[in-house]
Amino acid sequence: MPSIPALPRRLHGPSIWALYFLGLCPAVWYFYQAATGGLGFNPVKEFEHLLGIWALRFLVAALVITPLRDLAGINWFRYRRALGLLGFYYVLMHFSVYALLDLQLNLGAVWGDIVKRPYITIGMACLVLLIPLAVTSNNWSIKRLGSRWNSLHKLSYLILAGGVLHFILARKSLTLEPSFYLALSALLLAYRPVRKPLVKWKRGLGQPVQSRG
Amino acid sequence: MSVYQPPKIPTSEITPKSAYLSRRTFVGGAAAGLVLGGTAATAIAAPLQAKPGPYKLDEKPTPKEAITTYNNYYEFGVNKSDPAQNSGKFKPTPWTVAVEGLVNKPKMFGLEELMKLQLEERTYRMRCVEGWSMVIPWIGFPLKALLDQVEPQGSAKYVAFETVVRPSEMPGQSGFFQPLPWPYVEGLRLDEANHPLTILAVGLYGETLPNQNGAPIRLVVPWKYGFKSIKSIVKIKLVEKQPETTWKNANAKEYGFYSNVNPAVDHPRWSQATEQRIGEGSGLFQARRDTLPFNGYASEVASLYAGMDLKANY
Repeated sequence: MPSIPALPRRLHGPSIWALYFLGLCPAVWYFYQAATGGLGFNPVKEFEHLLGIWALRFLVAALVITPLRDLAGINWFRYRRALGLLGFYYVLMHFSVYALLDLQLNLGAVWGDIVKRPYITIGMACLVLLIPLAVTSNNWSIKRLGSRWNSLHKLSYLILAGGVLHFILARKSLTLEPSFYLALSALLLAYRPVRKPLVKWKRGLGQPVQSRG
Repeated sequence: MSVYQPPKIPTSEITPKSAYLSRRTFVGGAAAGLVLGGTAATAIAAPLQAKPGPYKLDEKPTPKEAITTYNNYYEFGVNKSDPAQNSGKFKPTPWTVAVEGLVNKPKMFGLEELMKLQLEERTYRMRCVEGWSMVIPWIGFPLKALLDQVEPQGSAKYVAFETVVRPSEMPGQSGFFQPLPWPYVEGLRLDEANHPLTILAVGLYGETLPNQNGAPIRLVVPWKYGFKSIKSIVKIKLVEKQPETTWKNANAKEYGFYSNVNPAVDHPRWSQATEQRIGEGSGLFQARRDTLPFNGYASEVASLYAGMDLKANY
């Protein structure tokens, strides 16, 4: 089984904060570029799309953590909350740019889009569904909710599927980039139902022969 | 409502050639290469002589750099910057356009012959179906001037157009993942094709067309969404029945045969009521402007569609 050098325990906390910091860098960098003419001739749209892509990247990354431990033995569970929250922050920024800068707070147009256009309805639903997950992304909520926390956070599967659908439907034709996220997400979601039997089988392989009876 | 002004001054006077040249000298070879990527074809664009056309807009032309680096031309890739970056290998000369079908005198036109037609400057609005727009100083000639030469027969009701297929020069046409079937095809009703606003463009901003904008010859129909204005045309065919068109085939619910700019008919996935004028505003603050019926050309073309339900015939 491949292994990577373990991070000293005292660096676990700082590494999580470093992830938050690095994770927000793309947003700051693209904002600077958009404001100074570095994002081409339609900077608002470009900024909006880049924030959406990064949201999808973090949501995908959050769901990679489990298969990464199951299949490669790399335990990065300490980063999962940060990845999920970064995904939520990017979704929030993506929506804000769309509403504030793209539609310039024309609330009628925003509401019209949400009710009339399936891909925006789906995107908005994902944003709404992310709110309870973000609000309960703390130790207090995990203790308090117990096993219900796990059930609630299974919403992340639905959110990822919705996010990818939103991306595909927003394009004029099915191109390489959305197809890549479609394939990756399909793989990550398809892994969930086979996970338990797979992990059981792998454990069985690792045990001495006599213990299997 | 007439939005036209009588001809004033040609674009070549508004933005003199010397201005580009001095800017290019100033920017320098290396920096220009960095900014413009693979736009070698722009650099070898030849100056074109044209008289001012009968249509002139009193709106500021979009900067040439925006027109040549932000556009859709899926044969070179699906991103807005792809056409400029990936069209360097495309060879727009030599070139011929076959004009055939229901005509008395079918003919293969060489590009040189077409360039000898009376070229005019036509500054038109361009409205993309995606919700952005530009003002573009084209150089070209009325499509009618070409169609008259081949003498369409009485049975000809439509005009079908076809783009070149050259996978070796057009990266979007080769490889595993292609967004559209090729060749790209488009069509107009014969009366739309014969309308004085409809031109075949061979130039832009006082020079021959850059590869990324549809060199060497493309259609421009300013009252329709941009995708109707097919690029790098090799075939024009007069036909009796409404021809196949690429985007309608790809998604008939979203892209109709007519595709006239219409703020009252939404694209199923977004509103068409407003548009983003590229190059206007600064940074992240860009006001949207209202989209006009027929892209502001209603007084010229609305009569073509008298009695038609424009919601059904989108």
